[in-house]
Amino acid sequence: MPEAPTSVGAFFFATSCHGLSAVKFTIVLHAAPYTSQASHSALRFAQAALSAGHEIVRVFFYYDGVHNCNEFSVAPQDEIDLVKAWSSLLQAHNIDAVTCVSSAMKRGIVDEREAKRHELRSHNLQAPSVLSGLGQLVDASLASDRTISFGA
Amino acid sequence: MTMTLTPAAKQLVFISRRSPYGSAHARAMLDMVLATAVFDQKVTLIFMDDGVLQLHTNQAAAGIGVKDLCAALSVLSLYDIQKVYVDAQSLQVRGMSQEELAIAAEVCDSARITGLIRDADVVFTL
Repeated sequence: MPEAPTSVGAFFFATSCHGLSAVKFTIVLHAAPYTSQASHSALRFAQAALSAGHEIVRVFFYYDGVHNCNEFSVAPQDEIDLVKAWSSLLQAHNIDAVTCVSSAMKRGIVDEREAKRHELRSHNLQAPSVLSGLGQLVDASLASDRTISFGA
Repeated sequence: MTMTLTPAAKQLVFISRRSPYGSAHARAMLDMVLATAVFDQKVTLIFMDDGVLQLHTNQAAAGIGVKDLCAALSVLSLYDIQKVYVDAQSLQVRGMSQEELAIAAEVCDSARITGLIRDADVVFTL
């Protein structure tokens, strides 16, 4: 197993996954991008896990974490675009991603279907994430070896 | 997105550490617990730090225009969540007693909580 490229990843793999070959992870992100480091740390953890040969069963965006799925977010040119970075990573590795529907709706993150249903002018859920319920977090946790939360 | 349920029941421990009002963390934690309850898993709920304030009787949330979290917690037994623990030291430093708790819960020490965490397959803290 190659060494994980980030410190947070390396620490976790050294302490919690010693002796396990390929680990199935669920990642829960509770925090909005830019407000705290949590989103970027979670992203780097995901990159580290994948490059070390592990699997990510699902990324679940909960609470303020749903802001990581706002397609209307525009990052300054000299800062990392976390919304696009998440989208790229999830698509490149074909990772299942779920945005908590109840957290998202009240924070103004909607998909096309919900926009129509609530007669909103537009929709902004960043692909490939889909809106669904907390059951998807439980389901993923049950199917994973490790569930790791960021920004809780 | 596909459902990927595994057959073996897991031990899930939820640690609620935030006050009932001022942020939505406590409500978000309860939603996670209730969502898990329908999956027929082994669920344990622990209140510690400011989380014990969620259990205080006679809350008057209407005064700040939000829903009463304590009333929402009363559905735990309906969801068959029986394993509810409260950290004794967290109660003590906030001047609360077991008699003031609004729902049935076992007051325990930190060593017990350590054991509960050790025996868990998944731990969520919020």
